Amino acid sequence: MSGAQAAAGAPAPAAKRRSGRPSALSLFARNQLAAFGAGLLLVILLLVLLTPLLPLPDPAATDPVNRLLRPLAEGHLLGSDHLGRDIFSRLLWGTGVSLLVGLSATSVAAIFGSTIGILAGYFGGRADTLLMRGIDMLMAFPYILLALAIVAALGPGLLNALFAIAIVNIPFFARNIRGVTLGLANREFIDAARLSGKSNVSILLTEVLPNVLPVIVITVSTTVGWMILETAGLSFLGLGAQPPAADLGSMLGEGRKLLITAPHVSVIPGVMIFLVVMSINLLGDGIRDLLDPRLKSGALARPAPFTAVDRPVSQLAAASIQDDSVLAVEDLRTQFRIGSDVYRAVDGVSFDIQPHECLGLVGESGSGKSVTALSLLGLVATPPGRIVGGRVLLQGRDLIGLDAAGLRAIRGDQVAYIFQDPLTTLHPLFSIGDQIAEAIRCHRPLSYKEAWAAAVTLLDSVRIPNAAGRAAAYPHELSGGMRQRVSIAMALANDPTLLIADEPTTALDVTVQAQVLKLLDQLRSRSGASLLFITHDFGVVSEVCHRVAVMYAGRIVEIGPTEDVLSAPAHPYTERLIACVPRLGEPGRRLEAIAGLPPAVNHLPPGCAFAERCPHAEDACRAGEISLDGLNDRHLVRCIKPRRAAS
Amino acid sequence: MLAYTVKRLVLAVPVLLGLTVIVFLIMAMIPGDPATAILGSYATPENVARLNRQLGLDRSLVEQYFIWLGNLLQGDFGRSFNLNRPVIDEVLERFSATLVLAGAALLLCSVFGLIAGVVTAVRQYGWTDKIVTFFVLIGISIPSFWLGLLMILVFAVWQRWLPASGMFAIYGGGDLPDLLRHLVLPAITLAVVATGVIARLTRAAMLEVLRQDYIRTARAKGVGETRVVCRHAFKAALVNVIPVIGVQAGFVLGGAVYIETVFQWPGIGRMLVTAISTRDLLLVQGGVLVVAASYVLFNLVTDLLQHLIDPRLRT
Repeated sequence: MSGAQAAAGAPAPAAKRRSGRPSALSLFARNQLAAFGAGLLLVILLLVLLTPLLPLPDPAATDPVNRLLRPLAEGHLLGSDHLGRDIFSRLLWGTGVSLLVGLSATSVAAIFGSTIGILAGYFGGRADTLLMRGIDMLMAFPYILLALAIVAALGPGLLNALFAIAIVNIPFFARNIRGVTLGLANREFIDAARLSGKSNVSILLTEVLPNVLPVIVITVSTTVGWMILETAGLSFLGLGAQPPAADLGSMLGEGRKLLITAPHVSVIPGVMIFLVVMSINLLGDGIRDLLDPRLKSGALARPAPFTAVDRPVSQLAAASIQDDSVLAVEDLRTQFRIGSDVYRAVDGVSFDIQPHECLGLVGESGSGKSVTALSLLGLVATPPGRIVGGRVLLQGRDLIGLDAAGLRAIRGDQVAYIFQDPLTTLHPLFSIGDQIAEAIRCHRPLSYKEAWAAAVTLLDSVRIPNAAGRAAAYPHELSGGMRQRVSIAMALANDPTLLIADEPTTALDVTVQAQVLKLLDQLRSRSGASLLFITHDFGVVSEVCHRVAVMYAGRIVEIGPTEDVLSAPAHPYTERLIACVPRLGEPGRRLEAIAGLPPAVNHLPPGCAFAERCPHAEDACRAGEISLDGLNDRHLVRCIKPRRAAS
Repeated sequence: MLAYTVKRLVLAVPVLLGLTVIVFLIMAMIPGDPATAILGSYATPENVARLNRQLGLDRSLVEQYFIWLGNLLQGDFGRSFNLNRPVIDEVLERFSATLVLAGAALLLCSVFGLIAGVVTAVRQYGWTDKIVTFFVLIGISIPSFWLGLLMILVFAVWQRWLPASGMFAIYGGGDLPDLLRHLVLPAITLAVVATGVIARLTRAAMLEVLRQDYIRTARAKGVGETRVVCRHAFKAALVNVIPVIGVQAGFVLGGAVYIETVFQWPGIGRMLVTAISTRDLLLVQGGVLVVAASYVLFNLVTDLLQHLIDPRLRT
């Protein structure tokens, strides 16, 4: 089972982490549609199977006196056609024929196509090349045209139409199945089967086939409706069923001539084709969603441009506090609601940043530091993110609950972000000069040409050699370090008062890290901007940050001047984090890993979240809320027995 | 770009040759003896043998193929015995009518499919999304030939708004407005299915792109949401949608067969259906080859277009 699913492409973990699953409601609605399709199809199938038993007139019995009766005429539920034949009876028999032909064509295409696909994928090499070139040639034809050519050669007739449609659909199966088989062919369990002496035939039947079966089922469920439509189409053109035999398509084709005088003769079979195909398509979508996790992930919600705010009314009226700080965050709370779970990613975070100051925000992955940074300007993806409390005061002005235009005016102007991985955070299809120029033009009334010139100057200031030439380059043409310099240049474009750098050096080589870090520090001190620097690396903190805040499970557990925290960490978690950093010149020092994992923030224990991993924990730690208390007026810690070293 | 164009053109040659092989093989599959078919069942064996020699049918299949290919390259597709005129003349004349119809349909389905896809992605799970998704579902399940009949019934028979058939009015027509009036119904009908498919895939592509990091970067820069959607997200989604449009072009060209039959459009699809029922096989062969070759060339164009948009493919 796992084989096919993995080969079908697991959703990128990053994407999974950031956005929510579709709500239960939408999943239900989708299943409802599939259930509706299944129900409709079942009714049609039952009618078709029971047709021979129903008291219906002979579908071929002509009755010229009662020709072209309208629907609901006596004895003819749906009326009669130009030869006086009962349309209802013909409709049911015709539906049977259409379904049979469509399903047979699908089976033929599935068997031959899958066989070709499995053989090409499993044996690879020359067999693969030869088979797939042939398939490519078939696919070079416009779909129905090839079927027409085949029917032309074989002559019109229902069976020939069936073969034509089947042949035309073989490439779809061959391609899909080959792709999956190719992924399986090099997997360990296939190798193991080979080593155990199994023959190719038995491997194909017992190992490969069961794993590609879901993909075959998906391909069948998505093509069968189409094939019924196409066989009906050939009959409509007079190339399929030949009189007196009739399927839905030929009924429609015959009725076409009477369109103006007796529209019901052609409209009714059309409705039936439509219902059959729609029910199959609905059911097929349901099956595909069930079997293919990748496509289901496509149903993920798109993030809104601004994080939803759901803050208690009492906090709205609170007056702004006037002080010197560039940024003051008060009791910020951001949650992710996924299904019935509530993840408290940021749970009452408060800190401030002074002019020209650099504050480090440190913690393991998942501690909530990035979400804190993104919450400041409403960049947390909604759904599932939601700011449920707190205030973010930028120079005294509360940003939470600010309207879209107000928030947008601040984004990239007063406050600018530098993100972690510039390969994914820069747009791959626009040149770097264009992206920087756009950042400038969002906030300043410059012409494109002027903005481009400004972009070149910025690129020069982040020491990109030959900036004027490089501005026309695309992100993928630059090295990782260069790309991060571009991100920095973009962030500096409008002389922000606050820079937020979210792990700006994590994705880079160590030597490049040092260069970028130095550059960032220089530019910051030259421009006078404040900096919120997010990292998991205390080594980096010591180089650039004036103060540092340590986060754990959505809360700040310690905050204070960098020297104080580094030299005398008060929280056991901080202590352990610092112990994780290797130091030059101390090769003998043991690097201590922190035992255990950070807790999931949807089921936080009462009391200290670190207690489970803390060597000094005692019962009081787990008893209840622990406050962030001052060791002195600048150094705060959330621990009932801060480490002695502090005193 | 020029180098790439040349490279793709060169690569198209084996594909085109492959098409001729397939068409040749299909035609060689035909049971029966062409000479007997032409001369009728009363022909003497000597006459049949002579005609077979004249037609080159006494040679090996490989020889026959290369002689046939040589003729094709000189523009000699044979004569249609039914119409008694060179196949190539008839095919090109009819194909131009198909190009008008298919081109209009492709334009319609691209424009409306893309717009519907973007709108539904942006209004995900909203009312617009549900309504458009519902129509998309209908669009991909409806038989186009039946839809064509309904269109005629409603817009040409009940409401006499538009002509029901043909490409030009028989009396007094022939100008562009006349052509456009005749084009509306068939072009819309032909575009419906492809619009549904393109809308669906555009929606999926947009939703995927809107979750990317670079979209967050654009928003963090302060770019307005309209610009984020229409410029940043749409361009990235387009890279994935263009190949789909290429595939849909094939379906539109093929689907023209039905639509031309329903609307009496004098295109190559209707010509093929007639030629199949009259067993005018050289005409079928010529028609299929020309349409298939033009589709290969169209795919080449979408490929180049994709290269133009995505700089990553250029290096």
